[in-house]
Amino acid sequence: MCLAIPALIKSIDGQQAEVDIEGITRDASLQLTPEAKVGDYVLLHTGYAISVIDPAEAEETLKLLQELSEAS
Amino acid sequence: MKFVNEYRDPELGKKLLDRIHKRSRKPARLMEFCGGHTVAIFKHGLRQLLPENIEMLSGPGCPVCVTASADLDRAIALGSLPDVIITSFGDMVRVPGSRSSLQKAKAEGADVRIVYSAQDALTIARDNQDKSIIFIGIGFETTAPTIAASILQAEQEKLNNYYVLSLHKVCPPIMKAILDMGEVNLGGIICPGHVSVIIGSHPYQFIADEYKIACAVSGFEPLDILLAVDRLVEQIESGQPKVEIAYRRGVKPEGNQPAIRLMETVFEIGEANWRGIGVVPASGLQIKAKYERFDALKNFNIDPGPTLEPKGCICGSILRGVSTPRDCRLFGGTCTPENPVGPCMVSSEGSCATYYHYGDSHGR
Ligand code: SF4
Repeated sequence: MCLAIPALIKSIDGQQAEVDIEGITRDASLQLTPEAKVGDYVLLHTGYAISVIDPAEAEETLKLLQELSEAS
Repeated sequence: MKFVNEYRDPELGKKLLDRIHKRSRKPARLMEFCGGHTVAIFKHGLRQLLPENIEMLSGPGCPVCVTASADLDRAIALGSLPDVIITSFGDMVRVPGSRSSLQKAKAEGADVRIVYSAQDALTIARDNQDKSIIFIGIGFETTAPTIAASILQAEQEKLNNYYVLSLHKVCPPIMKAILDMGEVNLGGIICPGHVSVIIGSHPYQFIADEYKIACAVSGFEPLDILLAVDRLVEQIESGQPKVEIAYRRGVKPEGNQPAIRLMETVFEIGEANWRGIGVVPASGLQIKAKYERFDALKNFNIDPGPTLEPKGCICGSILRGVSTPRDCRLFGGTCTPENPVGPCMVSSEGSCATYYHYGDSHGR
């Protein structure tokens, strides 16, 4: 029920956006993420973007995973 | 899929598991609070791959499952009123209440429509101005801001036929309630990922400080979960519980401030009735007086009748982490996803449905 999946913002019109999920276009409300821009990935939950995915942090986590697995 | 596949690398997963096996010594009980985590853990077979000394327990993080029968009866009673359209997320309509379910009510003539989003409920309201549209508002902090947004949007559009039955619940108080009951002895908690997107990681600090229990906020891919378990093991082995975020691409320590503000504009904290746990003060969200005209409870008179709990169903103690679905005599026999007796078998994130679909070869 708290499911949210990454979606790429293709266009924005006011508080509404068109997002792409694996080639499928859907509507998303940006009421909870007013800072979102075209080209951002957001976490989409029941038709609302609930957060903008931070690509730098995503990269950091992958690095951390590598480091931890090497330092086992 | 970007931001998904990278966190599914099996090679990296194996190495992380090795690390966890090497480092984890103390026996530890970890609760995954969120039903979404339970599903991910089972789907990827992670339980069997963790060391024997780590025991995983499912928590109450399934909004459908924790909705009390009495509240469900209210939703069904609202559906029996004339000129009312009930809108609800899918799983909710199949949950049996005391005498019926929304699905049965629909078969008997009630207008019950499944929606994917509160946006869809607004669309139905715009298209049916002669009817009252009541949205059955279940969900935690992940969902509540979206419902708050829908109420503000209805206000802005002057839609005067949109109502919400707010059964929203908040997570930190129920974590506290479960810990205070003292029935489960936890070493660590995998904190809910998408609840934390909204509320951040600070609200869990009391768990580390006062209860000395390790906390890690996790995402939903296998590497996210293994990273969270690794962080918990580290905290447990070093005896230094704290709150870590193992899902930094989505979760900030301070959460999503605009979403919190929206939620606080429309809702105020009140008591909530949790299945299996009972009424817990300050664990729910009620619509503020200012937005009373959107509150289904304030605008319709209903008599939901006396509450009956499903006979033999132990969902309540499963939600508290005291029992597992295997302890239920009805599991897999009388109670299946096709013929669910209790909500934990209905919801796709309910523990019983997860055990049923993915099995549990360790029996733990
Ligand atoms: S198996 Fe069915 S009856 Fe038993 S606890 Fe789960 S939902 Fe309730």
